[in-house]
Amino acid sequence: MDAARLAQVFVAYPDGGRGLDGLDLTVGSGRVTALLGPNGAGKSTAVGVIAGLIDASAGAVSVLDGPPGRREARRLVNVMVQEDGLPTGAHAVELVRHIARLRGSPETAQPLVELLGLNRLKRTTIRRLSGGERRRVSLACALVGNPELVVLDEPTAGLDPRGRSIVWECICGIRERGGTVLLCTHLLDEAESLADDVAIIAGGRCRAQGTLTELTGGGEEIITFDGPLHLDVAGLARALPEGSRVQESSPGRYRIEGGATPRMLATVASWCAQHGVQPRNLGAGYQTLADVYWRLTEEYTEGTGGAGS
Amino acid sequence: MIAQAAFELRLLLRNGEQLLLTVIIPMALLVGVTLVDAVPLGVPAGAERLPVALGGVLAVAVIASGFTSLAISVGFDRRSGALLMLATTPLSRQGILGARALAAMAMVAIQVVVLVVTAALLGWRPTPAALALVPIALLGTAAFAALGFALGGAVRAEATLAVANAVFLALVAVGGTTYPADQLPAPLSSLVSLLPSSALADLLRWSAGAASTTSGALPVDAVILGVWGAIGAVIAARTFRWR
Repeated sequence: MDAARLAQVFVAYPDGGRGLDGLDLTVGSGRVTALLGPNGAGKSTAVGVIAGLIDASAGAVSVLDGPPGRREARRLVNVMVQEDGLPTGAHAVELVRHIARLRGSPETAQPLVELLGLNRLKRTTIRRLSGGERRRVSLACALVGNPELVVLDEPTAGLDPRGRSIVWECICGIRERGGTVLLCTHLLDEAESLADDVAIIAGGRCRAQGTLTELTGGGEEIITFDGPLHLDVAGLARALPEGSRVQESSPGRYRIEGGATPRMLATVASWCAQHGVQPRNLGAGYQTLADVYWRLTEEYTEGTGGAGS
Repeated sequence: MIAQAAFELRLLLRNGEQLLLTVIIPMALLVGVTLVDAVPLGVPAGAERLPVALGGVLAVAVIASGFTSLAISVGFDRRSGALLMLATTPLSRQGILGARALAAMAMVAIQVVVLVVTAALLGWRPTPAALALVPIALLGTAAFAALGFALGGAVRAEATLAVANAVFLALVAVGGTTYPADQLPAPLSSLVSLLPSSALADLLRWSAGAASTTSGALPVDAVILGVWGAIGAVIAARTFRWR
């Protein structure tokens, strides 16, 4: 069963911009689905559609087997939006308790207040909290009640390592008790560590969706290595057999498609030797999530280069 | 919705700027208008002015909470996403706006008590009509809240802030509140008497025991107030945007 399903969903903004451009997305029940994509890809719009805050101009949206935003869905779906929308005059803990009461489960507030370390902010108003503290309050508000689906839009943005680890714990906790999480994030390691499924969107459309293994395991093996920024990828491509493709997939990380044979590896190593480059982590294997992400979102992200021969 | 309204009232009471607008300014107006002869009420300064002054100032208090404060908070909460955050909870959208109006009404009830006590300390003695003060103030709040939603729900937050405050000052000065419309020069006087502020103030002045208000005009005032409220509600229903 799917907790949420979007099929060919379009969202057009009044200013002529396209929020979603035929998005297909499935959020499997009882699983953590990571939604990845560059800025402006449509992640937050998708969150808005699932939360019932943004109406789709076309397409089919189903949340817990019904239309989004209906009363039952609002009761069972908790959403943490990016612009947290916390009332600035409220005290941190008071707000968490209030939202828990609105969700009909006041008893769920205190454990979260303690887990997220909000007890010491009992008398602090939201406007006086640091960015990270605000994020924690916002997260607590998104976790109170007994939600079946929790939608988190960049919950760890601006959090320190300890805060991030608490958020990860919370996400795993929801899955353990059978809940579903849709996690929008820019952190690929977060997606790799937490997600059962990954969807990569760009330009308002889904570019790939599947389990981590499905996304990274398919296709041929590639060669990757880390080195200095902005190597002469065109030069390296010329040294390799016809049809090879060399790309600086992320700053200082190079991926080579065209067959990961021992001969190719040796050629790369020798090209590096000729150019005084230490090819750290040089190896052949299936691509990582980062490789897949950079490849699928290349044309939507500025500042990446590639060359083929 | 009640829980949300109580929560919002708590935030209102904690907000110093709001209290200045909704409680301190009306109190200062009441004392000033009663004791200083410079404000033409058609009644000499002193205790006899109190019913006229109290009715007018109560209208100012209603406009401050029901319109100005509500419109500004709606405008900024739209921008910050606070309304959307609430819209993801089981509260319905009507419930969110209803809670806000309810909180404004509770605030107005508190204002009425504060101003009535202040007036009593200055020497005001209520007549049986004073029983209608709170119901009239609450109806007025509902009408002005509809206008507040119409403004705060459609216009940018900063513009709402500017317009809501400008309208507030204009209504305090020449809106038939602090001093009655019939004290204004002729062409202005009849125009102002069609404003919801003047209608509300007339009703409140009658309830506060001011003899000058002819009770024959009261139903007209009630209709004027109702029509403005309905206009506000229709505009808000058509143009309210959640972000």
